Amino acid sequence: MSDAMSTFVTLDLAPLLAAVFASLACGLLGNFLVLRRESLMGDAISHSVLPGLVIAFLLTGTRSPMVMFIGAAVAGVATVVLVELVKRLGRVEPGAAMGVVFSVLFALGVLLIRQAAENVDLDADCVLHGDLEAMALYWFPPTEWDAFLTWSTLASLPRQVLTLGVVLIVSLLFVGIFYKELRITSFDPALATSQGIHAGAMHLVLMILVAIATVASFEAVGSILVIAMLICPAATARLFTDRLRSQIIASAVFAVGAGVLGYFAASLVPALFVEEATVNAAGMIVIVAGLLLVVGAIASPSHGLLAAVIRRRRLARGIAVDDLLAALFRLHETGQTELTRQRLAPMLPGRVLDTAAAQAAAQGLVRAEADSIALTPEGLEAAADIVRRHRLWESYLVSEAGVAPDHVHDIAEMLEHVTVQPRTGPATDPHGRPIPPSES
Amino acid sequence: LLLSLTQVDRATSPLPVHGDAWPSLDQILSTLTFQAGFNTSIVVIGTTLLGVAAGIIGVFALLRRRALVCDALSHATLPGIALAFIAAAVLGADGRTLPVLLSGAAVTGVLGVVAIQLILRFTRLREDAAIGIVLSVFFGIGIVLLSVIQQMPTGNAGGLRQFIYGQTAAMSVADAGLMGAIALLACLATVLLLKEFAVVCFNDAFARVCGWPVSLVDLGIMALVVLVTVAGLQAVGLLLVVAMLIVPSVAARFWTERLWLLVIIAGVIGGLSGYLGAATSALLPRKPAGGVIVLTSGVIFMISMICAPARGVLAASWRRFRLRLRIAGEHILEEAYEHREADGQASLSAAQLRALARLRGWPRGLRGVLVVILRLRGNLTQTTDGGIVLTSQGRLAGARISRNHRLWEQYLISYADIAPSHVDWSVDQVEHVLSEPLVRELEAALERAGTEVPA
Repeated sequence: MSDAMSTFVTLDLAPLLAAVFASLACGLLGNFLVLRRESLMGDAISHSVLPGLVIAFLLTGTRSPMVMFIGAAVAGVATVVLVELVKRLGRVEPGAAMGVVFSVLFALGVLLIRQAAENVDLDADCVLHGDLEAMALYWFPPTEWDAFLTWSTLASLPRQVLTLGVVLIVSLLFVGIFYKELRITSFDPALATSQGIHAGAMHLVLMILVAIATVASFEAVGSILVIAMLICPAATARLFTDRLRSQIIASAVFAVGAGVLGYFAASLVPALFVEEATVNAAGMIVIVAGLLLVVGAIASPSHGLLAAVIRRRRLARGIAVDDLLAALFRLHETGQTELTRQRLAPMLPGRVLDTAAAQAAAQGLVRAEADSIALTPEGLEAAADIVRRHRLWESYLVSEAGVAPDHVHDIAEMLEHVTVQPRTGPATDPHGRPIPPSES
Repeated sequence: LLLSLTQVDRATSPLPVHGDAWPSLDQILSTLTFQAGFNTSIVVIGTTLLGVAAGIIGVFALLRRRALVCDALSHATLPGIALAFIAAAVLGADGRTLPVLLSGAAVTGVLGVVAIQLILRFTRLREDAAIGIVLSVFFGIGIVLLSVIQQMPTGNAGGLRQFIYGQTAAMSVADAGLMGAIALLACLATVLLLKEFAVVCFNDAFARVCGWPVSLVDLGIMALVVLVTVAGLQAVGLLLVVAMLIVPSVAARFWTERLWLLVIIAGVIGGLSGYLGAATSALLPRKPAGGVIVLTSGVIFMISMICAPARGVLAASWRRFRLRLRIAGEHILEEAYEHREADGQASLSAAQLRALARLRGWPRGLRGVLVVILRLRGNLTQTTDGGIVLTSQGRLAGARISRNHRLWEQYLISYADIAPSHVDWSVDQVEHVLSEPLVRELEAALERAGTEVPA
């Protein structure tokens, strides 16, 4: 094992594993929260497990993971039930109900922590942003590769890493085994109930898992990373796909990506400016997750901003060409075959005319000279096609939809671009003009 | 938290160790009546004003369904605080002055709200996801900036952490004064803009049609929310300041349906929680004011939700119970009336009563209770064999219900095109709530249609 590798394994492997495990577990569960429009339930639960933990500690006097998990699960269920109660009995809107419940529970937790601080050191800050970096101090890994994949090495990993590993496995199993049930209850709880799947129970189990993932992540990565990872990877994945299966896979990729990139960015980026400087790793992971989301929102090929702009551009250009051809055709009908730009100006604004003419010329539909434009034979065919669609729509709108003949032009002007051409139809439009015959 | 619950030796505990000595009655009284020194009084007055302001403006945030946007806003103030501190330190000023930090907080808080709007406008994500994303990412940026400050040569983030959980004890008189002044300003602005806010909150589409600048008013509401949030940062901390905004208004909502009363009650609840929270934290140094304030309003919320006469749970179930009793009683009168003899004598035997109870699915015992209630009201008399006989008053009531039933039935058949075999069930529910004017209207409508009006 090289020196650099050995340094990495000693200092970074354990915290990196913890960060990735936590990100992945939360990222997986988050898919269903985002789909159910309950993203903020993760926020609420991660606030309100606090009193659950403190009460569990005060009751038993131990901090064993089992006790903490039970406390968290109870608090998670209590949150869900209380929000539901306030919403139904009090007729309070969902957002406000959630806000009231989790903030009051959180306040209770903060007070209890101060109370319990008599005999334990409760670092409230640590709850927020965790202490990934400190984990390296607890682990002394073997120096040879061969020694790595043994039980004793795995068992010597810091407890937080092991706990997070178990939580990750449980989340994976849950999503894997109950994929069908989760999907149907997330999209249509009523249908799920009619199929004999208990939607409420699935919801509760999901919330319990969120609560457990929250607690397992607290000490390693902090609650803020949990909240971010429950939402950001799934939301980013939603910007790329409409299928649940690919959304889950994409969210897992984003979660792991954010975990790894953020962890290294925390130690590498500040070092560019000041030697030896590092920043909080959990916070940096959250920032990377946010950046991934911004990139996705802009660059996603299916739902991104850029794609939408390009699609709109392309459509606008296609429509401009259609309009140019149709205008040329209508003038062609009156016997004018060669047209000056001035003659076309009232029908198409100058800039649109220029780009449309260039585009149509490139497609071989028109011959554009310095100031005259004429349809080529192919252009004439295409133009007849568009005008045919336009006039067919007009006659349809008048005869079938009951629109007055003097109102149909503007509607047909929009519909002519997006329709496929019917083979048969009337010979003239409502204004008495001939409808060009179909080519085939 | 597993880690943060580390057991430590008392002697090395970083926290000052206080005994759980309760303050004497004198101390309590003097704090509550502003006699316990100038500083304490200023802090208590400032926090009370903050509570009032948050309660009042919270009403509008709640009515505009912005409760959780406020949560994102308060989390988004953290990077602003840290940035303002860094900027001041770089420029050579003291970064820890409150106005500088609060200006930074306001800037990123507003940016957070803008970011939510951008996500909603330009992506397919829903509001819940947008709020969660902004909340966590902005807070993450804040955490990273805090760790940057920790490593700056002049930096010590210790002073900034009080903004996360709040710490009234650390407030100077000037700080408390600033907080109180901002709160007072927010109160005044809200009272002055009450009409504009009311119009937009109740029907924004209507307000827009009438030419009200709805987006501007919305902006005004959010600006006031930002002011209150920023003012509350030091006292209650950014994690809990959202509770000061929403809990009082949600609690007040149970007491009234009128806006101006809602504003007043929310202000009172907010002020009371602020007052009690600040006073408690002045008396017991280890009770953070934020927690006490929120818990106080939480208790008031619970009491309101259960006991408030207007929309409380108890009042609502009592009203539902009374309605159920009345409907069940009317069914007895109706049934007896429809079994009347040729001489007009309307009665039901014990067996008929039992059959009615079974048909209606009444729980055991309800039948007896109903009969007793109706007898006390003078609607019927009981026979020795367990049957009932309607009095003349009872016959009149039964006739009215029976007629309502048939009126509504006729109406549904002739106007709503419902098959005669299907009308009975829905009519059973409607017949009890037909008001006098509605009955007249039904009669007129049926007469116009030439349908026979039931006698």
